[in-house]
Amino acid sequence: MMIRHLKAFLAAALVAAVSAIVPAGVPAAQAQSLTLDIVNGVPSAIPITIVPFAFESAATPPATDVSEVIRNDLARSGKFRTLGRQDIVETPTRGSEIKFPTWKLLKQDYIVVGRERDVSGGQVRVDFELWDVTRQQQLLTLAYTALPADLRGVAHQIADQIYQKIIGVPGAFYTRIAYVTAVGVGKSLQYSLIVADSDGYNPQVVVRSRQPLLSPAWSPDGKQLAYVSFEKGDSAVYMQDLATGARQLISARKGINGAPSFSPDGTKLAMCLSFGGNPEIYVMDLATRQLTQLTHSMSINTEPRWMPGGQSIVFTSDRSGKPQLYQVPLSGGGATRITFQGEYNANVAINYDASQFAMVQGSGNVYRIAVMDRKLGDQMRFLSPGPMDESPSFAPNGSMLLYAASEGTRGVLYSVSDDGRIRQRLSLANGDVQSPSWGPYRQH
Amino acid sequence: MNKTVRITLAALLSVGLAACASKQAVKPQPEQTPPPPPPVATAPVASGKYTPADLDTDPCLRQRSIYFDFDKADIKPQFQQIVACQAKYLVDRPEARMTLEGNTDERGTREYNLGLGERRAKSVSSALEALGASAAQITVVSYGKERPVCREHNETCWAKNRRVDIVYTAK
Repeated sequence: MMIRHLKAFLAAALVAAVSAIVPAGVPAAQAQSLTLDIVNGVPSAIPITIVPFAFESAATPPATDVSEVIRNDLARSGKFRTLGRQDIVETPTRGSEIKFPTWKLLKQDYIVVGRERDVSGGQVRVDFELWDVTRQQQLLTLAYTALPADLRGVAHQIADQIYQKIIGVPGAFYTRIAYVTAVGVGKSLQYSLIVADSDGYNPQVVVRSRQPLLSPAWSPDGKQLAYVSFEKGDSAVYMQDLATGARQLISARKGINGAPSFSPDGTKLAMCLSFGGNPEIYVMDLATRQLTQLTHSMSINTEPRWMPGGQSIVFTSDRSGKPQLYQVPLSGGGATRITFQGEYNANVAINYDASQFAMVQGSGNVYRIAVMDRKLGDQMRFLSPGPMDESPSFAPNGSMLLYAASEGTRGVLYSVSDDGRIRQRLSLANGDVQSPSWGPYRQH
Repeated sequence: MNKTVRITLAALLSVGLAACASKQAVKPQPEQTPPPPPPVATAPVASGKYTPADLDTDPCLRQRSIYFDFDKADIKPQFQQIVACQAKYLVDRPEARMTLEGNTDERGTREYNLGLGERRAKSVSSALEALGASAAQITVVSYGKERPVCREHNETCWAKNRRVDIVYTAK
């Protein structure tokens, strides 16, 4: 089954209460949900059935349909073909109730069954089992206990478990994304930096401004967001605690303060600062606020991203004429150019093991997301068609990549699988979405 | 200022000068007061100093945007005149303050375009300083591609966005 669109499903999110995390003085306000449309799927996906979970207590069942969230997550990955609810002819809730011939007839490889019940403290306990249909073997059984309001998170964690068990790679459903929306025109134009679940659900406003917001960057523990704001009239870098809304001004020096990027251990922030005369890469120690200048080149040097080991930084520089990617060690020393294909390469995103470097590659008037495979001799493949694609960001498991695109007059986001075959669009009903950033695995 | 204005100005000045010349050819009689000089169009630019009112009336000063070629920050010949009169304003008015806002078209990445916008604004500030303006009078800001004046995906629109806007914060 292919999920055609989740618009109606996500419309419910608009009704759900939105908790706004805003700095003091900014009124809390509702954030629009993104609409997620699956654009294409893959015929060779693994057939799996997620049977609706039974609610086994006398009280009213919780509002969240956990099995539906799991079903949508697995379908979104493009690696599974989930059986539509209308085709689920039997509803076992535990392994002993599964009649395997039924599911063999329906050509299913796997089946997930589960049940929920109220427990003390107003919480809900969710039990699920993953079974191999062909071998009639239980692969996984786990239980989660959470408040009804946190059941979507439980569903995402279950989806991650199922994904990892079958695919062999950690799932990234229990993650969040950050992005900027721009709504309105002229005097009524308003920018919002938003954090939402990776399926677009539960959008929460981090900060709102009449001036541009861009370049959100997640701390490795998922607790802080650094970003660029023009609220002072010029670019400045802020760092904000997502739980409390408290934020600190990191740099508002003369000139450009841009492109923040946390080190893998969370203790440093790389940035582009031009107060010295031209844009250069600096690293700030967050404890001492001391700056170290990493690049020294009369050119534009910007968009730093850390290598996973934390020992060097990859960045964009036009010192050779047009933007290309360079790498510079933290210990000091010269920068080495690393891209040699394409007239314009910028805005690198590095996956978790540094085997894939995604970037914006420009050729004439077409800007597309390209991925350089460092395990295959730096072979380049294109993940997007262009013409105005930018801001690539990997999911923490590297299997999906988020980027921004232009569709007619509006800005939208796309999530694409690492092989480019699965694509989903995330859009706003009446505004632009831009500058996406995929957050780390959530802490359980 | 544009060519037509300059020619008109030159013509008016020559008329004035010619009038003076013809006056001298007619030998004045010492007791007679010389006739008043013929009226000359008041165009203070050539010889006088700018005043804040000129910001709204002078054809050159009123032009506050300088446009650039793709990926370039050098000031094209057709914009040298604007740079010249704006520089003269800053020289004539030491209390004047100006912000140069650098912009780019939508192509390319946001952060790189912040750099490109700044490069354009700095190119204009260097040109102004070369013509006598003080660095203390000029602030440079880059908005990259964040403040487009149009949103179409074509060269006509892109050309309008590749610009430095001059904003007077003190006259």
